[in-house]
Amino acid sequence: MSREDTLVTTQWAEDNIDNDQVVLIEVDEDTTSYDKGHIRGAIKFDWSVDLQDQVRRDIINKEGFEALLGKNGISNDHTVVLYGGNNNWFAAYAYWYFKLYGHNDVKLIDGGRKKWELESRELTQDVPERTATTYTATELDTTKRANRDDVVAAIGAKNLVDVRSPDEYAGRLLAPAHLPQEQAQRAGHPPTAANIPWSKAANDDGTFKSNDELTKIYEEAGVDFSKDTIAYCRIGERSSHTWVVLHELLGYENTKNYDGSWVEYGSLVGVPIVLGDERGEA
Amino acid sequence: MCGAVEGGLSLDGVDVAKEAVVQGQVTREGEPVGNAYVRLLDRSGEFTAEVPTSATGHFRFFANDGEWTLRTLAAKADVVDTKVTAARGSVAEVAIAI
Repeated sequence: MSREDTLVTTQWAEDNIDNDQVVLIEVDEDTTSYDKGHIRGAIKFDWSVDLQDQVRRDIINKEGFEALLGKNGISNDHTVVLYGGNNNWFAAYAYWYFKLYGHNDVKLIDGGRKKWELESRELTQDVPERTATTYTATELDTTKRANRDDVVAAIGAKNLVDVRSPDEYAGRLLAPAHLPQEQAQRAGHPPTAANIPWSKAANDDGTFKSNDELTKIYEEAGVDFSKDTIAYCRIGERSSHTWVVLHELLGYENTKNYDGSWVEYGSLVGVPIVLGDERGEA
Repeated sequence: MCGAVEGGLSLDGVDVAKEAVVQGQVTREGEPVGNAYVRLLDRSGEFTAEVPTSATGHFRFFANDGEWTLRTLAAKADVVDTKVTAARGSVAEVAIAI
């Protein structure tokens, strides 16, 4: 993949609103955001309903993904263009999802909803009607997804990239600071994980930094790109943002997203945890 | 329980004793600004969180003890940085004019 294959500008999105080949999808952490106004023609995915198994703690399975896309009128040959708030965290999560199930013609609006709003572009409350399709997904691509055993095995051996804020990494906060902090699990990070907040990859307007700037950020933080990399955060959305940076923009295909993330790792019995700003020893 | 703060967001359902709340309102010439973006930067200037303001211009963070900076972005406005001190068990109210 390359930057051009992955990102479109807000202007491109506006120019393609009436392009039948393109399906715009808004995915937000605040699932009511779409209802208050969205890009004309865009549909909504509710990450907490559409993109989460409603019984187990897991992503939806292949059949669930096929049903979701089918009922929303998305075909295998559509160009899917995702955007959302929070600097595209949840849109990046959905992007990762499309790649997991083999839909390769998927893009992100660089800067997402924030840039669209800061440019005072039009938002509407009209909900488009789409005709249902039959969508066929590929089997889940496990080369893009890490599980808890992968993370424990990566301590001291592979790049573990903790993309949460420094206070979450050190254990001073348990969640992003726009959410209440009371949680069941322990705070901190796995030994040897590097703290490279997802936000280092984004400009203030939510766009991704240039590839040269991005490469420098990860290299200066000690990421050895000759090794495999696992990115994680609290529940897997911010690390999807970093997965897009490493896997898609910079082309490091040996990068996985650990969507279990800290909510899982910090609840495991007996795994090693480091508190404070240092990485710690394996 | 009623924890509403005069002129601010309701704190119903928030256990203020456990949280270091930073909240406030963004205004332009006295009028609330909805859909502005307020980001919380830590003492080193690192991004910690960001929220869009509500229709009434309000925002809220659950921070930690210490010094923070609020950086406000809005359409057709310059970026505004505002310093704030947060403490667990209290609510720091911040008025931001753009």
